[in-house]
Order: sequence, then C-alpha cells, then structure tokens
Amino acid sequence: MNEDLYTIEVEVNGRRRSAQVPARLSLVDWLREELRLTGTHVGCEHGVCGACSVLLDGEPVRACLMYTVQASGHRVTTVEGLARSDGSLSVLQDSFCETHGLQCGYCTSGMLIAAQALLDANPNPSEAQIREAIAGNLCRCTGYQQIVEAVRLAAKRLKGAR
Amino acid sequence: MKTAPFEYARAASLAEACGLLARHGDSAKIIAGGQSLMPMMAMRLLRPAWLVDIDAVAALKFIAFERDFARTGAGTRQCALERDDTLAARVPLLRQALAFVGHVQTRNRGTIGGSLAHADPSAELPLAAQVLGARIVLRSQKGARTLDAGQFFSGPMATIARPDECLEEIHWPIWSEKRTGSAFTEISVRHGDFAMVAAAAQVALDAEGRCTRAALGLGGVGGTPLAFPKVAARLLGTRLEDAAVQEAGKAAAAESEPGSDLHASAEYRRHLARVLAARALREARDRARAA
Repeated sequence: MNEDLYTIEVEVNGRRRSAQVPARLSLVDWLREELRLTGTHVGCEHGVCGACSVLLDGEPVRACLMYTVQASGHRVTTVEGLARSDGSLSVLQDSFCETHGLQCGYCTSGMLIAAQALLDANPNPSEAQIREAIAGNLCRCTGYQQIVEAVRLAAKRLKGAR
Repeated sequence: MKTAPFEYARAASLAEACGLLARHGDSAKIIAGGQSLMPMMAMRLLRPAWLVDIDAVAALKFIAFERDFARTGAGTRQCALERDDTLAARVPLLRQALAFVGHVQTRNRGTIGGSLAHADPSAELPLAAQVLGARIVLRSQKGARTLDAGQFFSGPMATIARPDECLEEIHWPIWSEKRTGSAFTEISVRHGDFAMVAAAAQVALDAEGRCTRAALGLGGVGGTPLAFPKVAARLLGTRLEDAAVQEAGKAAAAESEPGSDLHASAEYRRHLARVLAARALREARDRARAA
C-alpha cells in the first residue's frame, strides 16, 4: 500500500538530518534502520525495557514511544553521541568497562543514556538517585550492582577532572 | 513497523486541534506524549486512521494558581508537574502520586491530560484526580464544558469525552487548612509497573487534632478509580486514631470491586485495598499532625 510520507528535520548527534518518513515509523526504527545508528537497541517496543533510551533535547526518553514525525524540530542524542569526538570512550563509558557494568551489552546503551542524563543534571548523585535514574532500564545479566558502581565511579572521576 | 498505518497532523493551536477532531470524528485520536497511546498502537489494540498531535500547542502547557485551585494545562508534562515546588506545596498529593508514575524516561514525555484521558483504572493520576475531586475542562468547536473527575471516568480505559473534544486543563482543589496532609501508596510487581492496588488519602486536622476534612480513594479495584466519600465522612470529628483508620480501610475494601488477573487475585487485591487504604490514611494523618 502507498503510505503518505512526512518531511522531517531532526538534529541527531549534532548533525542536521532531513528525511521523508511514514507517520508510523518509530524514532528507534528510523535511527537504526535509516541512519544505521545501531548503538540504540530495540527491545520490547512498547516502553517497558528502556533499551531504546535516547536523549531528546537533553532529557532521556524512550525512542520506541515516539514516532519519528514527533521528533521533527528537536535534538536527539544517541549512545554514539556520548563518545568523545576522536571516537574514544567517554568517562562514563570507560567506567562501565572498569567496573564490569555490562555483560551481554543489550541494555548498555540505554543505561548509558539514563546515567548520562542523571550526571548532567546532578553531578553528585546518591546511590538512591542512581537507582531511581536507571529504574526504567532492565538488565538481565549483571544484576545492576556493577552498573550502579559504574555511575558512581564516573561521578567521582568527573568531579576529579573539574 | 509495529503500528498500523495512519495519517498524522500536527496542530499548532487548540482551535486547530478541535477543527481536526471535528472533521475526523472517531477515526482520529489525540496524541501528546504518546506514552500510553503508542504501546496500544504497537500492540494494535488501537488503529486510528488519524493522529492529531497536540504536543506543539504551547497554550496547553502551564501550571497556574487561583485562590482555591491549581490549574494544569492538559499538555503539561509529568516531569514538569513533578518539579514544581509551588504545586507540591499546594497540591502535595500530585507529587506523591507522580513518584509512582512510570519512569524518568516516560515522565519526560507523558502528559497529565494524556494519563487522565487514557483512564487506566489502576493509574496514579486518575486516582489523584478522583480523590481530590479535580475538575476537567473539555474543549470542542462547540465550546467548553467542565466535569468532575467522578463524572469524567466512565469505565476501564473509558471517559465520557466525545471524539470531537480535547482535554484542555485540569483544576486541582487546594485545601486551605493549615494542618493538611496527604499520602499516596501502592503495590506493584516492580517499582514503576502498573499498580495492583493504589491508595490515596488527604486529611485536614483542627488545632485539637480532630479531623475536619478527609478524602480517600483506591485504584485497581474497580472499572474506574474509586473515591469513598461516605467512608471518609465517618472519620470527621475523630482524631484519626489507628482503630478508626483501620475501620475505614476495611470499609473501603468492602465497597471495592476488584477483579482477578495474571498479577493478582480478587481476594489478594481486596486484602491490599484494606491495608493500603489504612496506610495512606495513617501517613496523611502523620503529615497533617506534623504540619
């Protein structure tokens, strides 16, 4: 069938992107399948698992719970946008490696986005605040302990760097 | 793509949204944050031909205060309500309820109007509206009408809003009594999941510690969130001693009509109703005493 296409303009990881998309295309499908930004994972596709988390205008949201047309005129940051400009890992990403904060990696991009948003808003979070920030992201491997440690380590390192 | 095809219109104003709704009737659905609608569309429980997007209507995003009530625009995001300290001081039940609504990522998109229009009988914000007796303003090309929350919710995931109407704003009563306290509590499988049962209470005490005003409600134990004005009225004049509070919990549980599903049996839900109603009243009382 022929579906109407809608013109959108979205800033993704600092780059302006224009496209023609059907209204029903979710933001996560557009990021992964059209832009080939496959760092953002897609899990449940109805807002339960958090794997697809991205930053929308700096705030964490679920990319499976937004149609791409709704993102037009907004700024999206995916996990690819967290690394340094030379491609090396950010302090937060490196802290996940350091504390074994990932195993299979499926939840990792969503966890990084959630944790990055937390640290941007609150550079010195308590353990309870870290747990609250990642409460919407399901991990099936590490059991969350090392993820919490990773965020705590990143906060410490970032404080030292300031 | 999980969702069935639809056509999309982004409204720039409430008038434009009402015009689109008038034209497309019940083949259209309103989308704002989309946090309840999109899962239903992904599962194809809903297949609207049109989506009218009101997320860009700035006039629907506000928090304002009158003497007796707070006004929240229907398009105001849950995270904005959660962060507003004045709102938390004047309508404390809202922030208490929001702590249980989804997760950071969904509250960043989800709106107050969307949650009320979705009318999930176990959802937190409809329960808060029901308990406080919030007033809901609906707008269409024919004009506006204002309904009590009790009239607005008509059944599970159902309201009496017509297909041509858009939720415009919600009025939340402000209790002027100095010694007012409120509480929200719920039990769910995991934090942020849908509540098996939720309870909300708000009470006011006079200088002697006697209850002068009380409101109590439960979610997840009926087709709509339930308020128990008669049970609450029996608390007036008491000091909200534990015995009176427990009696109220028992009475509310007896009046509720829980069903069974995968997550909990009707019997367990009725047990939770009794325990949580009493817990919410106790916490509200303790906050009122400390105020």
